[in-house]
Amino acid sequence: MIEFQHVSFSYEKERSVLEDLSFRIGPGESVGLIGANGAGKSTVMKLALGLLSGEGRILADGIEVSRANLADVRRRIGFVLQNSDNQMFMPTVYEDMIFAPLNYGLSREEAEQRVDKALGQLGLQELKYRHNHRISGGEKRMAAIATILAMEPDVILMDEPSSALDPYNRRIVINTIRGLKQTKLIASHDLDMILDTCERVILLDRGRIVADGPADEILRDRELLEAHRMELPFCLAGEAEEKDPGSGL
Amino acid sequence: MNKMEKALHELGEMDDLTAMDSPIHRLSPLAKLLTAIIYIIVVVSFRKYDLSGLAVMLLFPVILFQISGVPVRTCFYKLRIVLPLVMAVGLFNPLYDRAPLLTLGSLPVSGGVVSMLSLMLKGLLCLMASFLLIATTPIDSLCAALRKLHLPSTLVTLLLLTYRYVGVMTEELAVMTDAYHLRAPGQKGIHVSAWGSFLGQLLLRSMDRAQELYGSMLLRGYHGHFHYAPGRRFGLWDALYTAGSSAVFLLLRFVNAAELLGRLVVR
Repeated sequence: MIEFQHVSFSYEKERSVLEDLSFRIGPGESVGLIGANGAGKSTVMKLALGLLSGEGRILADGIEVSRANLADVRRRIGFVLQNSDNQMFMPTVYEDMIFAPLNYGLSREEAEQRVDKALGQLGLQELKYRHNHRISGGEKRMAAIATILAMEPDVILMDEPSSALDPYNRRIVINTIRGLKQTKLIASHDLDMILDTCERVILLDRGRIVADGPADEILRDRELLEAHRMELPFCLAGEAEEKDPGSGL
Repeated sequence: MNKMEKALHELGEMDDLTAMDSPIHRLSPLAKLLTAIIYIIVVVSFRKYDLSGLAVMLLFPVILFQISGVPVRTCFYKLRIVLPLVMAVGLFNPLYDRAPLLTLGSLPVSGGVVSMLSLMLKGLLCLMASFLLIATTPIDSLCAALRKLHLPSTLVTLLLLTYRYVGVMTEELAVMTDAYHLRAPGQKGIHVSAWGSFLGQLLLRSMDRAQELYGSMLLRGYHGHFHYAPGRRFGLWDALYTAGSSAVFLLLRFVNAAELLGRLVVR
């Protein structure tokens, strides 16, 4: 569970990045965080993880995100970075996956079991001892998700999980996300992927929440999306064109 | 394939070498590291005119190349940039030390020439030993061995991350170089006027990446040190290899085997 209570954040005094943000993501929910560039999606993620601190209150699994509780919070939240190369910093996939479990005090045997379980869950056993700099972009993204699964977090945050992937690998990542039971918050511009993986969407614009509701409703609302510098997902744009020929899509 | 892509390819080749299987590859990383360190110390400690004694030390890398199956050609190819620099260290010795030390037939050879050859050989032997160590030991096992020798954690982490990210930064540089050449047709290399911005951009990108990488480490519980894979245990064979090799090195250091052999032959 993640809860933001009246959270504001700014890098400079005059220009706020987030303004009075409040929302709650319940256990097991899958929520898409969408918005144009600069809307504040990545900042929301970083605040939830305690990489940035702002005004207001943020709770992760009931624990307040504060300097004193960071270790506890980060043990519960896994973060899949947009650039997998920045996430996979060890020489091999195995070492990357075992990194967090060992840091959280598990024995090597227990940690190994977690690694094997996570690899098995994603069908990536053959990647286990491969070198990170010698696997493809798609494999790296899947391995990055596996490193987070090895932590067995309650909540998973993902920043643009489908970016820079070919259609085949994108579909694999989408299916993988759909199979994850954890609470998920996914920031992305890929609205088709959000439609496929999330039941709820939060739309941000210039640091404020402008819509929060069922993905199927918000992502079909062309007026709302276009008013906030977004477009209908490609899969729905065709539908809209059929209903309203000449809509310009 | 441009230069950067070639560099990446070569980096991949090192991984292939460490993935080979041989008695040397199967030795404990700590045994290989200790032996290499002792070998380098012994090689460096030879007196500057003791060329014949030093030449015998060449046996160790030659034997290791044979047993490990690592091609000698690959070693020299990979060391092609650093080798001339090491070789150049004693280049001026013949100018300073002109006193004749020995004669080859009727040709007098000065001490400077002998010490120059000795320095060159020392450099070559140390490089070959280091190359064999990294060609037969995966980087993480090597880091684990370095930590066992109580090398500071920060230094070992730096080594590990440099190895991991040298490829990524090379890729970044390859993209920048391609982008430059696409807009500077017919130009050979990168013009001096662009060097500053090139390096600046690379530094900025490295800093961004480093920041995100560090964040990623913190999010996965990093608190100052890495847990390296334990790797192969230091067993009886490892102890025998280290002790045996070290004993031979020390023996060769104090007993000039080449000279002894020469005397036997001359008699």
